[in-house]
Amino acid sequence: MPVWTLYGLKRGVATNSWPQGHETTQHGVQGMPRFHPERCKEGCQICADVCLPGAIRIAETKNGERLSLDYGKCVACQMCTEFCPHDAMEKSEDWAFAVSKRADLVWDEALTSLPARELTQKIHSAFGRSLHIRHVDAGSCNGCESELQALNNPYYNLHRLGIFFTPSPRFADLLLVTGTVTYAMKEALLETYNAMPEPRWVMAMGTCAVSGGAVGGGYACGRGVEGILPVDIYVPGCPPNPAAMIQALLLLLNRSTQLVQGGHFAK
Amino acid sequence: MNGTTELRLSPDELPEVCRTLLAEGARLQMAYAWFPQPDTPEVIYLADKKRLDLFPLLRCRLLDGRRELPSLAAITPLLGWYEREIQDLCGIRFTGHPEPGPLVLHEGAEPPMPPLDPRYQPEEMMPYTPQPWHLPPVEGADVQQLPFGPVRADVLESAQIVFYYVGEGILHCHPRLFFKHRGIEKQFEGLSPLMSVVLAERISGVDSFAHALAFCQAIESASACEVPQRALHLRVILAELERLYNHLHYLGHLCHTTTLKVGEAQGKLFEEQCKQINGTFTGSRFLRGLVRPGGMRRDLDLSGLAEQLRRLEPQIADYMAELETTNSHLDRLLTTGPLPRQVAFDQGASGPIKRASGIQRDLRWSHPYAAYGSFTVDVPVRTEGDAHARSQIRMEEIRASLKLIYSALEQMPSGPVSAEVRPAPGAEAIGWCESTRGSIYHCVHLDETGRLARVKVKSPSFSNWRVFPFTVHDSNMMDYAINEASFGLTMAGCDR
Repeated sequence: MPVWTLYGLKRGVATNSWPQGHETTQHGVQGMPRFHPERCKEGCQICADVCLPGAIRIAETKNGERLSLDYGKCVACQMCTEFCPHDAMEKSEDWAFAVSKRADLVWDEALTSLPARELTQKIHSAFGRSLHIRHVDAGSCNGCESELQALNNPYYNLHRLGIFFTPSPRFADLLLVTGTVTYAMKEALLETYNAMPEPRWVMAMGTCAVSGGAVGGGYACGRGVEGILPVDIYVPGCPPNPAAMIQALLLLLNRSTQLVQGGHFAK
Repeated sequence: MNGTTELRLSPDELPEVCRTLLAEGARLQMAYAWFPQPDTPEVIYLADKKRLDLFPLLRCRLLDGRRELPSLAAITPLLGWYEREIQDLCGIRFTGHPEPGPLVLHEGAEPPMPPLDPRYQPEEMMPYTPQPWHLPPVEGADVQQLPFGPVRADVLESAQIVFYYVGEGILHCHPRLFFKHRGIEKQFEGLSPLMSVVLAERISGVDSFAHALAFCQAIESASACEVPQRALHLRVILAELERLYNHLHYLGHLCHTTTLKVGEAQGKLFEEQCKQINGTFTGSRFLRGLVRPGGMRRDLDLSGLAEQLRRLEPQIADYMAELETTNSHLDRLLTTGPLPRQVAFDQGASGPIKRASGIQRDLRWSHPYAAYGSFTVDVPVRTEGDAHARSQIRMEEIRASLKLIYSALEQMPSGPVSAEVRPAPGAEAIGWCESTRGSIYHCVHLDETGRLARVKVKSPSFSNWRVFPFTVHDSNMMDYAINEASFGLTMAGCDR
């Protein structure tokens, strides 16, 4: 009969220290496409044509046509990076994309030459050290759940950061929402939120929860949490990998800095 | 359609033909409806027979405004849910249905017309006012009712399970699903085949590759496209990598429910290591963005993959051996949630669930696709039908997957990885694959411009959720979580 304690001890520590030391834990994992406006050619709209969730659009402005890019809708399907004939969309490993203002996910031309500045944030002193999360699946593909479950595996070991999932909304500080918010889940989502004590926070996890993503809209699906609950942190990604999720949770606690501003990723 | 032998029937002929099919040893796989013309729906039934036999396919057009068919649920119970889905989404009534209530759309959902009617192009979500729903009457002085969900403990997908119980004993279990119904089949309407793959990958995240593969194979059949050998081999490897991380997850998750903490940690660590291998070699932990109609979106450099897996393999073997000799773990699995072979067959069990109940079927072996025809596919089978048998099937399939990956890597041909696809306007076709959870079928119908008019997705979790309650009735609360974990169900795939 196996002695599991010994079995575990013999295998040593598997936990990674992310995000300390910024050791990359997701070698090779492709993130959001990087946009190089200087390479983009006018009159071409191939990237917009192959973008299923409509994250890339061609908008008419006073100065002619202009490409608009919203990472809050991006599912990192990499179609634009493969179809752009001018390499204006580049594959990247930029996946730690959590932001506290939705607008920061929208590409802003004015920021092109500036590094994303560090944002000053109010410290949530009550939760600086510990956080209890109630997760609600409001209609996801189960990709986000798979990665959320991974947070408690020995590699990410979320407990080391003082962050826990709790079964009861009564004990929760953060409502973590995945999925597009389907017609049938809307009420259950609101009920869960209403059962939480104040102060409380809401995180939209995954592109579906941020904007509806690739499946948003239609007769049953919804377009994310916005307009239903007040969102404090937006985490696009399809799904965000566990390291990106940790970065987002620490961002909420002001224990990590936002890496994205005006649609620009800086690291 | 490709791979099938078709029969066109009038509504009255359906029951008799269905009985004949069953007598010949066939099993129905699914039924769905679509609208070749806006006011003439057609209902299609798909069955499978012996290995390498063509799939029997029945078509029945509803002419002259008729919106009614005889229900076949009493003849082959697994069709019960498909008929109710057609009723909800396509507005066709099935007469004589043993449980005729709504299934996919919750009570109180009021779309102005059946959602899959092509004339319905919703600008916004359909009107919905939550209403009480019909529960089976269960009476008795001590009988308690426990609705569990849709928001459940831990990080779980949304579903509601209603238990009728006395003390520790469960009398009856009634899952209420489809909280996550996203209307994905409707969203395929009007998309180009290439863009649709992005959608297919999001039907069920942990089956991303399998769904995308079944979809692409359907499109390829619709355009008589010859996919290059290298792409076919890559597809085998990626499909098996998907099986690998999923099965390892369930071994760990099963330990969670039997409170074997180290076993849980180790299983989920293996899952993580496999997902990281996916990320390193393909750029996506969920193997997304790789397959496309005609082949692969890009070639992959898999040198070093075999070495990494060979390093993991003895550790996994050791882990599985330890699990199989841990009495406390086995105690909880043996005889838990037994599924008899006949129930598995009649109610439509799929994948590891049916194989654990003595039904030796696997599409990789019975109807080979991709490059599976070039390899020996082991199809493990058990007859006990309990949670332990289901976990043993997963263990066998982990071994088999590794073997397949090594063989495919060794025999990897060089050459291009994609060919041109030009689906004929108005074409229709079917694509299938054996995912981690069971058989997936995608039926595609293209319109005159080569865009998608209708995609039907048969998902294994839809099949297995229908079966699951049969293992819960008359069991006990303590075993419920173990039993559910042993089924390895997803809600996203079931609800779509």
